[in-house]
Amino acid sequence: MIDYDKLIAPSVTALAPSGIRKFFDIAAEMKDVISLGVGEPDFVTPWAIREAGIYSLEKGHTHYSANSGLIELREEICTYLKRKYNLEYNPRTETLVTVGGSEAIDLLIRAIISPGDEVLIPEPCFVCYKPCTIMAGGTPVTIQTEEKDEFRLTPEKLLEKITPKSKLLVLPFPNNPTGAVMTREDLLKIAKIVKEHNLFVLSDEIYGELTYTGKSHVPFATLPGMQERTVTVNGFSKAFAMTGWRLGYACGPEPVIKQMTKIHQYAIMCAPTTSQFAAIEALRSCDDDVEYMCEEYNHRRRVMVNGFREMGLSCFEPLGAFYVFPNISATGLTSDEFATKLLYEKQVAVVPGTAFGECGEGFIRCSYAYSIKNIEKALERIGEFVKDYIK
Amino acid sequence: MYIIMDILQKKERVIIVKDKILTLLEADSRLTASKIAVMLGMEEGVVAAAIREMEDENIILGYKTLVNWEKAGREMTVANIELKLTPQRGGGFDTVAERIYKFPQVKSVTLMSGSYDLLVTVEGKNLKEVAMFVSERLAPMESVVSTATHFELKTYKKDGVIFDEDEEDNREVISI
Repeated sequence: MIDYDKLIAPSVTALAPSGIRKFFDIAAEMKDVISLGVGEPDFVTPWAIREAGIYSLEKGHTHYSANSGLIELREEICTYLKRKYNLEYNPRTETLVTVGGSEAIDLLIRAIISPGDEVLIPEPCFVCYKPCTIMAGGTPVTIQTEEKDEFRLTPEKLLEKITPKSKLLVLPFPNNPTGAVMTREDLLKIAKIVKEHNLFVLSDEIYGELTYTGKSHVPFATLPGMQERTVTVNGFSKAFAMTGWRLGYACGPEPVIKQMTKIHQYAIMCAPTTSQFAAIEALRSCDDDVEYMCEEYNHRRRVMVNGFREMGLSCFEPLGAFYVFPNISATGLTSDEFATKLLYEKQVAVVPGTAFGECGEGFIRCSYAYSIKNIEKALERIGEFVKDYIK
Repeated sequence: MYIIMDILQKKERVIIVKDKILTLLEADSRLTASKIAVMLGMEEGVVAAAIREMEDENIILGYKTLVNWEKAGREMTVANIELKLTPQRGGGFDTVAERIYKFPQVKSVTLMSGSYDLLVTVEGKNLKEVAMFVSERLAPMESVVSTATHFELKTYKKDGVIFDEDEEDNREVISI
């Protein structure tokens, strides 16, 4: 009989399983669960975009596209980045359309990381940077951001972790799960260090369109001297409510994009063609839809932050993405205990902060990609729960 | 000069704030001032005052409920009637419109561009009642040249709300 333990590569066996699996399994068995646990918009993709996808199918556009993506889409991506952020890329040589932002992250890490190289990862953060680094043979070096710094990456914390082996810095802002954003001033300080220590940057800006600062998001590549050191990862999932279409992109220096495209070509061939046609429409004509959704998220964000503060929990004001990250340590419970008990006792699903790194201990991630009605119901239940535990 | 600028900016700010409040109330008239204040990140007193002001100025004309009467089981017939008119000396179309909107059966009256002048929405218990209203009340009016009555058969969407929409959340319960 085959021994699967021997079959599976030890490096893969050693990868930590996702921190949400357990909650997912419990929640799936329960009735009447109110969830604040999702990492995707509640909005359905705007109709104009869906319609463009349907039209492309009607026209019979059911084949592979160019490896890098439809040239029309790459051109639209570059036009979009130029008009929104004054960020210029060449659609033919510096732009790659991927299967979600996730693929772009994996491609970049695989393209530049060799065994021994260190990847600097500010935590709490989205869960893929660490395993992707390990799979590429690199060493993840985590940086613990803190509530007192509003979960921003500070120059001091970054400098502490830099070694001669440091090669890549991940900048996951606006941040999932904390909702933290970096201002231009914050980023300038990081940029200086990046240059001094000859680092390359993976700027994951998938939530870039969803900020509530009153000012536009600042792509890291727009800072002086940083475009040549940055691959900007973005996509359609969050801003255009297109998670299921699986479409993202990477923009960066030609020599890097070229190698990423090579891996992409062998592993994926090309991103789904239907999604690419739909995305062209998204970039061309859906600014109003994005603005509307952003405004809605902003209302919900305020309701949620206010709700947690009224419960007596400390909750820093998140200015990006669609998550709040309240501090639950006043309840005396760990993040995992809090989330488990809340689910069993009040049927509300949230994600423990530890799912996003050890320094997420003492926090929970609550998504506000839900109707206000749903959010209020959930807050009411969490409020009752917190009252029982708070000291 | 700076003082004038400041006043202007303040005025503009008030207009923007009022616009935001109206957008929220138009979608859900049951929102309280305190809830709106939280959603917009404002003081409750400021929101309440703005709402009162807009009520006084007839910017906010009322708070209504959108009802799916068919589902509620009430028999009802709605017709949209196109009226062609001869304008009245002095009052233009306004005098005629006023005579028409005073009937309680008339739910809306709108002056239109194009091949007819007024669009009148009339509600009644049944087809006959509405038809009689048109033939006995609207058609004989002196300035009415002609009428064309269109009965509503089924409402799919009204005031931005889709009737019979499935609101099910088909996302996974938890995702990263």
